[in-house]
Amino acid sequence: MSVDLWAALRARTPARIGLGRSGDALPTSAVLALGASHAAARDAVHHPLDVAAVCADLAELGIGEPVVVPSAAPDRATYLTRPDLGRLPGSDLPAAPATPTTDLAVVLADGLSATALEQHGVPVLRALLPLLDAATGVAPPVVAVQARVALGDHIGQALGARAVLVLIGERPGLSASDSLGAYLTWAPAPGILDSARNCVSNIRPPHGLDHGTAARLIASLLSGARRLGASGVRLKPEAGFFIER
Amino acid sequence: MRYAQALHGRTYTFDGIVEVLAKASPHRSGDVLAGCAASCDAERAAARYVLADLPLRTFLEEDVVPAEQDDVTRLILECHDAEAFAPVAGLTVGELRDWLLAVAARGETSTLAGVAPGLIPEMVAAVSKLMRNQDLIAVAAATQVLTRFRTTVGLRGRLSTRLQPNHPTDDAAGITATILDGLLLGSGDATIGINPASDDPATVGRLLLLVDEIRERYAVPTQSCVLTHITTTLDLIEQGLPVDLVFQSIGGTQGANAGFGVTLAMLAEAREATLALGRGTIGSQAMYFETGQGSALSADAHLGTGGRPVDQQTLEARAYGVARAFDPFLVNTVVGFIGPEYLYDGKQIIRAGLEDHFCGKVLGLPMGVDICYTNHAEADQDDMDTLLTVLGVAGCSYIMGIPGTDDVMLGYQSTSFHDALYARRVLGKRPAPEFEAWLDGLGMLDGPTGVRALEPALSPFGEGFAALSAGSAGR
Repeated sequence: MSVDLWAALRARTPARIGLGRSGDALPTSAVLALGASHAAARDAVHHPLDVAAVCADLAELGIGEPVVVPSAAPDRATYLTRPDLGRLPGSDLPAAPATPTTDLAVVLADGLSATALEQHGVPVLRALLPLLDAATGVAPPVVAVQARVALGDHIGQALGARAVLVLIGERPGLSASDSLGAYLTWAPAPGILDSARNCVSNIRPPHGLDHGTAARLIASLLSGARRLGASGVRLKPEAGFFIER
Repeated sequence: MRYAQALHGRTYTFDGIVEVLAKASPHRSGDVLAGCAASCDAERAAARYVLADLPLRTFLEEDVVPAEQDDVTRLILECHDAEAFAPVAGLTVGELRDWLLAVAARGETSTLAGVAPGLIPEMVAAVSKLMRNQDLIAVAAATQVLTRFRTTVGLRGRLSTRLQPNHPTDDAAGITATILDGLLLGSGDATIGINPASDDPATVGRLLLLVDEIRERYAVPTQSCVLTHITTTLDLIEQGLPVDLVFQSIGGTQGANAGFGVTLAMLAEAREATLALGRGTIGSQAMYFETGQGSALSADAHLGTGGRPVDQQTLEARAYGVARAFDPFLVNTVVGFIGPEYLYDGKQIIRAGLEDHFCGKVLGLPMGVDICYTNHAEADQDDMDTLLTVLGVAGCSYIMGIPGTDDVMLGYQSTSFHDALYARRVLGKRPAPEFEAWLDGLGMLDGPTGVRALEPALSPFGEGFAALSAGSAGR
C-alpha cells in the first residue's frame, strides 16, 4: 500500500521522499542509488573533453575548421580551484578574418561537465544555424578546454565578433550531470560583467530543454541583442516564446 | 606594524595583523585564490607564533577592515562590551586559547556566556587559528546559547533540524509531500524552511500560507520560513501574510552585504517588524541568518587595511558580528555550498565547519551548520558523516534535514532526515523539548532519542498523505 502511495507522491517531486528505513539509516537500495548518482556527477566533472570527436562533428557543420583554445588552467585540479585561470586564454587566439564581418563567434566549452558539451553542444549549434539570418557571418567554431564562460570574451574580441555564444557544461547536480548552458554576450571584451550576458540553461533533453527549443531561444536572444545593441538584464526573450514549445 | 619571527634558521616577516591572520590560517583554496595564504607550512607556523603573542587589545586598536570605509567594522566596535571583556583584557591570543580550554574543562558555561559580548569576531577568529579540531569542539561543547520562538533551540543534549522541503518549481503538492515525509521522520523542530525557486512575491506568499496551514493543521510546535530577500519578506509582512522567521544571507563586510542587496538599516527594520508581529509563543527571536566562508571574496569585497586581502575565515566571523547585533533565532553557515575554489575537499570543509560553529558559539550565537558539499568538490557523504558526528559532539544547535541528502532545487547535498536520527541515537541527543512533547503526544517517540518507523497511512499524517495521493492520482 505504502509503495503505491509513495509512487503517487513522487510524481509531484523529484525529491527522494519515502525512502524507508534500515534502523535509523537509509536502506541499502537508497544508499546505492545515491552513490550511483554522485558517481555520475563526479565523473562528469572529471571526464576530459573528447576534443577530436567534438571537432570532427563541428567540421561537418560547414562554418569552417574548428580551432582549439585551452584556458590558462593546465589541468582539472587547477581549473577547479582557480576560476580566474579558466577565464584567461592559455594560447594564442584565432585572428579576425580580413572579411567579411563576423557577427557571431561560437565557443564550445567543457565547463564543469564535458559530458554535457559532448551530448548537447554540436546538436544545439546544428539546430541554431538554420535559424540565423542568411547574412549572419559566423566565425569558425572554437573548442575551449578547461574553460569558464568569460574565456569567450577574449575569443569573441580576438575574432572581432559582434557577439559571442558560449555553449558550456553546467555544474552537475545529483540528478542532472549532462546539463548544458548557453551564454550570449554582445560586444564581447575582457572584464565584461555577468549581468551583461543572457543565459539559456538546463539544456538536457528529455528532462530539460530540448535542442530545438534551446536553439530557437538563442536565435531569439541574438536577434533581440542585435536590435538593442546590447545583451544582459535589459534583453528579455520574446513574449510568449515558450508557448510554441 | 611589521612582525618578524625566526623559525628553523629563517626569519619570516608579516606586514600587519591582516597578513598575520591570513598566513596563520589553515590551508584552504579560497585564501590561495585571494592571494593571502601562507606560501609554505613553515611560514604558516611562523605566523602562528606571531599571532599567539598578539595582545587581544590589538584588535580593538587596529582595524582588520578600516572602520571609516566599512559599517560592519563600526557595528562590531560599537557593540563591544568593555566590562564583559575585562576578564580577558590582559591576555594575548595564545593565552585566550589556554583560558577558553581551562574554562571549558571546568564546565563553566556561564563564564563563556559572560565573556561573549566582550569578544569581537577578529579575536575569536584569531584564537581559532591556534586551535586544533578537538579544541574547537571542546570549547564549543561547553557553551550554551538558547533561543526561543515556538520551540527552544540550543539546550544541551538536544539537536534540532531545519526541515528543508525545496522543490524546483515550488509545486505545492511536492513541497507538502516532502514536509510530511520529514515530519514522519521527526524533522523540523528548528524550522520548516523553504528556499523558493522563484523570488516572485506571489509565489513566496503562497508558500508562506502553505507551510503555515500545515503547521496549524497538525499543531506542530515549530516556526516557518520562506528564505527570500529580506525586502520581499518585509513587503509580505505588510500585506498580512503569516511570517514567523525573517531570513537574510549576510557577509562580513559592507561590500559583501551590498552584494546580497542588504544594509544594516534593513536588518534593523526587519527585526522591528518581527517584534511587532509577536507570533512567537515562548520567545520573540525571529531573525534567521545564513553565512558561509568565501562569500566576501566571491563578491569582490574581501579587502582590508592597506588593501590587503583578508582571509575568508576572519571575514566569516565578522558576519557573526553582524548577526549578533540583531538577536537572531537561528544562524547557520552553509559550509560546503560555495565550491572547491573556496573549500577544496572534505578536510577543508570539515575544518571550516568546526571553525564556524566554534566562532559563532563563542560570540554567543545560536549556531547551526548546513553540512554540505557540491559535486565538483573533493568530498562525499562520508566526509559529511564525519562532520555531522563531530559537530554533534561539539553541541551544534541544528542541522538541515533533506530527503535522502539531495536538494533537488539548489543542486547540492546536505544532511538527510535519516542523518539526524543517526546523530541523535549515537550521541544521545533529543529534539527541542516542545517538539519532543508533540512527537510523544502522537505516539511517535521510540525510546529516549529515537523516532518510530511508521507506515505513512497509519501515521498521524495519514489523512494528509491520502489526500495528496488521491490528488496526484486524479491528475
